[in-house]
Amino acid sequence: MEKVKLSIDNKLVEVEKGTTIYKAAKQLGIDIPVLCYMNLEGLGIENKPGGCRICVVEVEGRRNLAPSCSTDCTEGMVVHTHTMRVINARRTVMEFILSDHPKDCLTCAKSGNCELQDMAVKLGIREIPGQEYAAMSTYKMDFSPSIIRDLDKCIMCRRCEMMCNEFQTVGALSAFNRGFQSAVGPAFEMDIEDSTCTYCGQCVAVCPTGALTEKDHTRDVINALSDPTKTVIVQTAPAVRAALGEEFGLKPGTLVTGKMVTALRRLGFNYVFDTDFAADLTIMEEGTELLGRLTKFLGGDKEVKLPILTSCCPAWVNFFEHNFPEMKDIPSTARSPQQMFGAIAKTYFADKIKVKREDLVVVSIMPCLAKKYEAQRDEFKVDGNPDVDFSLSTRELAHLIKQANLDLKTLPDEDFDKPLGESTGAAVIFGVTGGVIEAATRTAYELHTGKKLAKVEFEQLRGMEFIRKATIDFNGTPINIGIAHGLGNARKLLDEIKAGKSEFHAIEIMACPGGCIGGGGQPLHHSDSSILKARTKAIYAEDEGKVLRKSHENPYIIKLYEEFLGKPMSEKAHHLLHTHYFDKSGKIEIS
Amino acid sequence: MTKYKQIRIVLNNCGVIDPENIEESIARDSYMALGKCITEMTPQDVIKEIKESGLRGRGGGGFPTGLKWEIASKNHADQKYVVCNADEGDPGAFMDRSVLEGDPHAVLEAMAICGYAIGATKGLIYIRAEYPMAIKRLKIAIDQALEYGLLGNNIFGSKFDFNIELRYGAGAFVCGEETSLIHSMEGLRGEPTIKPPFPAEKGYLGKPTNVNNVETFACVPIIIRKGASWFNKIGTEKSKGTKVFALAGKVNNVGLIEVPMGTTLREVIFEIGGGIQNGKKFKAVQTGGPSGGCLTEKHLDTPIDFDNLIAAGSMMGSGGMIVMDEDNCMVSVAKFYLDFTVEESCGKCSPCRIGNKRLYELLERITKGQGVMDDLQRLRNMSNVIKDTSLCGLGQTSPNPVLSTLDNFYDEYVAHIKDHKCPAGQCKDLMKYFIIAENCVGCTACARVCPVGAITGEKKEPHFINSEICIKCGACMERCKFDAIIIK
Ligand SMILES: Cc1cc2nc3c(=O)[nH]c(=O)nc-3n(C[C@H](O)[C@H](O)[C@H](O)COP(=O)(O)O)c2cc1C
Ligand code: SF4
Ligand code: SF4
Ligand code: SF4
Ligand code: SF4
Ligand code: SF4
Ligand code: FES
Repeated sequence: MEKVKLSIDNKLVEVEKGTTIYKAAKQLGIDIPVLCYMNLEGLGIENKPGGCRICVVEVEGRRNLAPSCSTDCTEGMVVHTHTMRVINARRTVMEFILSDHPKDCLTCAKSGNCELQDMAVKLGIREIPGQEYAAMSTYKMDFSPSIIRDLDKCIMCRRCEMMCNEFQTVGALSAFNRGFQSAVGPAFEMDIEDSTCTYCGQCVAVCPTGALTEKDHTRDVINALSDPTKTVIVQTAPAVRAALGEEFGLKPGTLVTGKMVTALRRLGFNYVFDTDFAADLTIMEEGTELLGRLTKFLGGDKEVKLPILTSCCPAWVNFFEHNFPEMKDIPSTARSPQQMFGAIAKTYFADKIKVKREDLVVVSIMPCLAKKYEAQRDEFKVDGNPDVDFSLSTRELAHLIKQANLDLKTLPDEDFDKPLGESTGAAVIFGVTGGVIEAATRTAYELHTGKKLAKVEFEQLRGMEFIRKATIDFNGTPINIGIAHGLGNARKLLDEIKAGKSEFHAIEIMACPGGCIGGGGQPLHHSDSSILKARTKAIYAEDEGKVLRKSHENPYIIKLYEEFLGKPMSEKAHHLLHTHYFDKSGKIEIS
Repeated sequence: MTKYKQIRIVLNNCGVIDPENIEESIARDSYMALGKCITEMTPQDVIKEIKESGLRGRGGGGFPTGLKWEIASKNHADQKYVVCNADEGDPGAFMDRSVLEGDPHAVLEAMAICGYAIGATKGLIYIRAEYPMAIKRLKIAIDQALEYGLLGNNIFGSKFDFNIELRYGAGAFVCGEETSLIHSMEGLRGEPTIKPPFPAEKGYLGKPTNVNNVETFACVPIIIRKGASWFNKIGTEKSKGTKVFALAGKVNNVGLIEVPMGTTLREVIFEIGGGIQNGKKFKAVQTGGPSGGCLTEKHLDTPIDFDNLIAAGSMMGSGGMIVMDEDNCMVSVAKFYLDFTVEESCGKCSPCRIGNKRLYELLERITKGQGVMDDLQRLRNMSNVIKDTSLCGLGQTSPNPVLSTLDNFYDEYVAHIKDHKCPAGQCKDLMKYFIIAENCVGCTACARVCPVGAITGEKKEPHFINSEICIKCGACMERCKFDAIIIK
């Protein structure tokens, strides 16, 4: 690789050609403020429109200041990152940005965690000259089941657009209007609900301001918990325990399972259960479905649909309903763990504790915003009563815990309640890319071959690469497994299937980078990809620490089948645990 | 009137030939240069000739054309493109349109020459859809050139193929910026991206692309025909050839002119333009389109070329030239141009998207008498920062009208702020209608015509205008036969 030498703030540095000034400065420990720029290093997710101009620096011999985030170093370059000219420019530009931004910090969902607010502090902004007569660009508010858009707070960083268009290839977001009235949103300024949005929440996960936030259900949950006529139960998704601690100052990757259980109990939930239980159940259903299709296929049945695709990510479900409706009979019909949990809670468990469906409130804690949308889908309601009443994000849970003045860090560890709180290590790894298929493989292998696995870890299925392939030997039968995270990567595998070129028997798809640990409802990573890696490690550590690591060994799952469901894919299981998909390709109406 | 130093290079055929008849073009040497290139010159020879001619881009930047072609020629790819920028977004500009309507073959021929020089077989003309006549003539010209084998495959029996297509712009000013133009042609949002990469490295569909302005292209055939040494004798040391200007504003002769580089502003305004209308006093000339600067008396003897105009605080731009007289308020002039840039900003970068709006708001307050002296410092700082930090040429130049008027007409700003007066009498909000008691005979004509009842007074007694009520419509002044009503 060709190298270039340059000087930044009178320090010499040698970097690879193609390195930006911003990155070179970072190597020297020089911190140049950036706002629109975003880089999830190691993942290849980068946003550098060069739009905000906060990162400008002085380059000797250049007439104008240069945006350090998007200007490559050249041989002999002499850069100054913090001259008075630069400081004045940054402040003035920041004053421009803030002059067109509502001063809503008191009630803004991002307050305290907002990159724009932090930048205002960093640059020492104390007043906005001329604010009294400065016009503001305003837009209509947009509410949807998962996401709220308040574009008055949009600073045109374009991060959401990059995530939605390049990473997810959903294309729901793009810049509209010109000049002062520009902002980012669905075409023709339609509501997000009328667009092809999948509710993956990746736009929310990267938005530096309060322009994109989740629909907040904490007040609903407070109301339910205060209602003495209601029994309120909670389920927590695997990825939550690996990230919640960050909101309380714990190091990324700190597992807080036990503390989270204690906090939920102290918040007043009558039963604290685990979505992991339902993840084990998912494996029983999905694994059986996979084995069923495989057995038919190996038996020479040409009609059978392969590869089978996982269906536990609701954003991914939305994605294929919009984009590949002709393939809607390929994914597994198994509902997501959140919904399996809700269905079992409001039947099997409600009967057990003799509480009427209407009096039972099921709350889920999810790393995910698509789950909010999923929870209110009509298929998952009985007489209008949803299986899952409220789906909170990890961030919302953190807010609730803080409001109750509970210090998560110092809480003791407690265990989940039984029966729906018991789970295996296979369920825990649902939280990371490759985890669902690894869990399914553990069970399918043992059920298919009748042999016990000597080693339950399938290293070949792990990693952060966007598309991964592995072949597992099922007792002489090679099973080809594909894994994709990010819907753009999923699209590539789907296009292969469509073209009849797919070599896979089973494919796992997760919409978010890294899987649910990188979900749209998680504590904000603020473009630090090491956080995602730390969460992944934590999830695998939790799996390793479990006594039971294969879903079919979960005694409460076995009991659930014995007492209630019969066997996997039984009629009852079908009714409660499976679903069907819709063709939403024609959904976009432009009025 | 030969002393008016006009030379016709670019406009040579305009108005002389029937642009819809290729034979007339050919009779005036069209496609001779292309033939010469293909049959007698190597691509390197062509580039060398253009480099030696000293031709610089007429689209605004003044980038050396030969060098641009050389860079594009050295970037290897399976496909390259030649793009003609016919977006001509400057308000009031029609130089490019005139060339396309009057001499379309000159541009087609030049594009083919460029294609030959850089190794491209495809040409695209990005033209604004509001130019239907130019589009029609270009289409006819392309068809006829194809028919005559002057475009298409195996031109002049050689192995060189070159085809040209039209692409239509929706009229956004920023789409004239080359990266923006390319995105627009690709069906993306018409907004600029950071350079590098330059179009010559990564342009249309990611391929090396050479973008030149219409007028730049129009200079090429004659350079090849008459030679670089003929062309580079015209003009100044660093700016060769001629430049077409759209002369407008308060001069007696308005319209398109073509003068050699190095002609002074005085010659253009007072000789070719015939001086200021109605014998009024010259005040300023705005060159360079909406983001040029306003030059004054002291710049009149500056020879016009790329570098001198920049040094004087303005720029060549694409050749707009608007002359102002004593009745033009320079704060209003700055506000007028800012209004345009605020409208035309693409919105991608914050200094231009928001900063220009703030400049405009401040100027508006000053023209309404609401300004304070600190505003002038703020105007200057905001302008400097917008120039210093904006992403593309639009924001990098849009504050020029503010800065140049602040530099050259500071007192006028001060008058608006401190005295609440517009010396040019243009800012309506600062004007007051008065009745001079000595002249008023009390005929009541004014009071009767005032639509808002602002004028009071007894018959045969001096009348009085209540400026709180007056809406400054001027009806009273028009009606008064005794010159008793004045504006102050
Ligand atoms: C805001 C903006 C608008 C522009 N508009 C035009 C235009 O209308 N026509 C044009 O030829 N060049 C325009 N340019 C310049 C082009 O970006 C480009 O430099 C030019 O087409 C190159 O051709 P040349 O080298 O022949 O001048 C514009 C530049 C900017 C920044
Ligand atoms: S987005 Fe940030 S700066 Fe804006 S109101 Fe919300 S917290 Fe404050
Ligand atoms: S939630 Fe996902 S699909 Fe929807 S707009 Fe945001 S990034 Fe796009
Ligand atoms: S909505 Fe948020 S992420 Fe999207 S451009 Fe605006 S500020 Fe950036
Ligand atoms: S990957 Fe996980 S967090 Fe992301 S949308 Fe899918 S289920 Fe939700
Ligand atoms: S300077 Fe203006 S026109 Fe150019 S990119 Fe920025 S906002 Fe767009
Ligand atoms: S961070 Fe570089 S332009 Fe926004």
